[in-house]
Amino acid sequence: MLSYASKRVLIGIATMLAASIVVFAVLEVVPGDPARLMLGMNATEDAVRALQEQMGLNQPLLVRYFHWLGGLLTGNLGRSYTYAVPVIDLITERIAVSLPLALISLALSTTIALPVGLFSASRRGTISDTATMGAAQIGVAIPNFWFALLLVYIFAVTLRLVPAGGFPGWSAGMWPALKSLILPSIALALPQAAILARVTRSALLDVLGEDYIRTARAKGLTRRSVLYRHALRNALIPILTILGLQFAFLLAGTIIIENVFYLPGLGRLVFQAITQRDLIVVEGVVMLLVATVILINLLVDLSYAVVDPRLRGRT
Amino acid sequence: MMKFLKSALAGAAIALVASTTSFAAKTDLVLGVVLEPPHLDPTAGAAAAIDEIVYANIFEGLTRIGPKGEVLPDLAESWTLSDDGKVYTFQLHKNVKFHDGTAFDAEDVKFSLDRARGDKSTNAQKGLFADIDTVDVVEPLTVRIALKQPSGDFLYNMGWGDAVIVAPESADTNKEKPIGTGPFKFDSWAKGSQIVISKNPDYWGTPALLEKATFRIIPDPAAATAALLAGDIQAFPVFPSYETIAQFQADPRFKVVIGTTEGETVLGMNNRKPPFDNVKVRQAIAHAIDRKALIDGAMFGLGTPIGSFFPPHHPAYIDLTSETAFDPALSKKLLAEAGHAGGFKTTLKLPPPTYARRGGEIIAAELREIGIEAEIIPLEWAQWLEQVFKGKDYDMTIVSHTEPNDLNIFARDDYYFNYDNPAFKDLIKAIEATSDPEKRTDLYQQAQKMLATDVPAAFLFQLPKTGVWDAKIEGLWENGPIQANDLTAVKWVD
Repeated sequence: MLSYASKRVLIGIATMLAASIVVFAVLEVVPGDPARLMLGMNATEDAVRALQEQMGLNQPLLVRYFHWLGGLLTGNLGRSYTYAVPVIDLITERIAVSLPLALISLALSTTIALPVGLFSASRRGTISDTATMGAAQIGVAIPNFWFALLLVYIFAVTLRLVPAGGFPGWSAGMWPALKSLILPSIALALPQAAILARVTRSALLDVLGEDYIRTARAKGLTRRSVLYRHALRNALIPILTILGLQFAFLLAGTIIIENVFYLPGLGRLVFQAITQRDLIVVEGVVMLLVATVILINLLVDLSYAVVDPRLRGRT
Repeated sequence: MMKFLKSALAGAAIALVASTTSFAAKTDLVLGVVLEPPHLDPTAGAAAAIDEIVYANIFEGLTRIGPKGEVLPDLAESWTLSDDGKVYTFQLHKNVKFHDGTAFDAEDVKFSLDRARGDKSTNAQKGLFADIDTVDVVEPLTVRIALKQPSGDFLYNMGWGDAVIVAPESADTNKEKPIGTGPFKFDSWAKGSQIVISKNPDYWGTPALLEKATFRIIPDPAAATAALLAGDIQAFPVFPSYETIAQFQADPRFKVVIGTTEGETVLGMNNRKPPFDNVKVRQAIAHAIDRKALIDGAMFGLGTPIGSFFPPHHPAYIDLTSETAFDPALSKKLLAEAGHAGGFKTTLKLPPPTYARRGGEIIAAELREIGIEAEIIPLEWAQWLEQVFKGKDYDMTIVSHTEPNDLNIFARDDYYFNYDNPAFKDLIKAIEATSDPEKRTDLYQQAQKMLATDVPAAFLFQLPKTGVWDAKIEGLWENGPIQANDLTAVKWVD
């Protein structure tokens, strides 16, 4: 009998394999020859052919797929068509921007959202509840790129407290690097926080309507301790689900914010790679994101078991 | 409280000003560029973004193109041409070293040119070297290049970024770590972020005035504006946000320099496909386009109208816009003469640049006025190259031809215009074989006129070079005769 965890891992591997076929096939049918794109409008036909040969594009599809898959298994993601450096190096460089950005945003949005959700739920129906949820609704509605531009205008152009964009690299020191991530992470965190606050509130309200809450109140616990000790813990499952989704989104979905702040992150790498038909980079990044999403789902599933002891016995 | 806040802010402002003035005698510069180069080897890729970093700064050729589009000597000190116009003998500069310390000599010239025209060449402009028959090392600093036929363009061709001289020791690694002979050497490249070059202390010629230059990659127009305003960068030689040019023009901290480029923007037509095989239809389309409305609408008023395929800054340029002046009534008449009185349905395939997408909307609306229904099909670059450029599967398209000296594209067989005019081909052959400047000017003008009346494509406007930089910077190019950011004469002044 397979344990819960190893079953999940096997499913994860099968998903990865299926994803690799889909990713490879989809990118192969996307029109556009990378060699021709690189050599441009004045290129002679024999120069294009020579480059195709150099990039291995003239081999049959299946040969290239298995070559690529073999590489994936040994940790070799191939060499970028355009940059001519190993894909893994490109991805590692970009993760050094995207991962901290995603983590800071996540921390920021959680720090804002949980107290706001708690506050709102505990004052259900009051003016302060309506006001905070109204504010959250605005937060959901504001497009993050617009909010980003507003932040740039106030804090970079007018006050000149932080740079308008760019990333000096971690080698430039902790503070300059963090400084350049402040505005992007706020711009990313705000809409996420708004969503999370609303989810927290409604999850709490659902739980607060349960019988055991009434029982807890009846046995004499204060509203406060019922809220923190009983309600919050039970409301954590939907909150964790959203958090997991948000983290995957933060890592993958930062294309717009990374463009506004011209940060050299994963989102921009994949965007640039798609327009330049650097297929091997796109394939590498997408596979990484697939792996991340699978991993996060696994972690979220495992954390359910931590917050809800009833799930622990299941196999 | 307010008072305190005010004085605190004033203090902070003074501190800021003080900290900026202490950098007064600056020798470093941060420039913005829109596109990140795929790699840094100009001999192995078409991307203008490569030349925008390395041309004249890191790599040098036998000749080079100057700020006005003129051919200047570079690594070749001087040259002679044989009487039959077929053999060039170049005398090279002494004491030239590559950035890695290896010496430069005639062997490097032979290596570079043979590599660029060889079988395995992936040079994006391999055609530049097609005239070369042999390259021979005569002496260590003398190289002889024999041509298959006389070529009036040869010295110009050798000034392209694709024709720079590389060393056999470093040719294969130039993509990542470019080693040239120029006044700047490559320092570092943080992918997706910036490229840093610094002064080459051992440069053979006039040394650079800057110690260090950083090219920061900023693809987003709004971000480009913010980066200049916030002082993160001090120059954007090809500024992408036409919308905010006026804002910088009004700001005394900045200089706005609008120049011309080699980018002739055309409405390309498939000359072999009916009804575009009929010259009257092509003329009707050209007369239906209001170039001024197009430039105002798609380019915020920036750009020079053109009536043929020739850059307005060139000495041989003649203004032929009146040949296809805006005249919808004439268009309708020409369409009727061509047998399309009621107009027709067609498609307009547009690549991603703003000039094409916005310009396409305007042109489609103008064509509707004369009865032509053009369906707009937006394409990505890779798709455009595949379908329109290579596949010739299109009716009309809009694109800017940014290569210099490219009048001959209308004489190429198998080019996407599908234009086949023997008289024009003869003219181009004559131009290529002529070195005498006056005769060339005359031939160039004949060719311009021929295109203006035969309308193989509707000629729209010349792309502008929109430079925005700190008012204290001098030496950046006004025009873009080639796509480059030559920093050799750039300096800060007070």
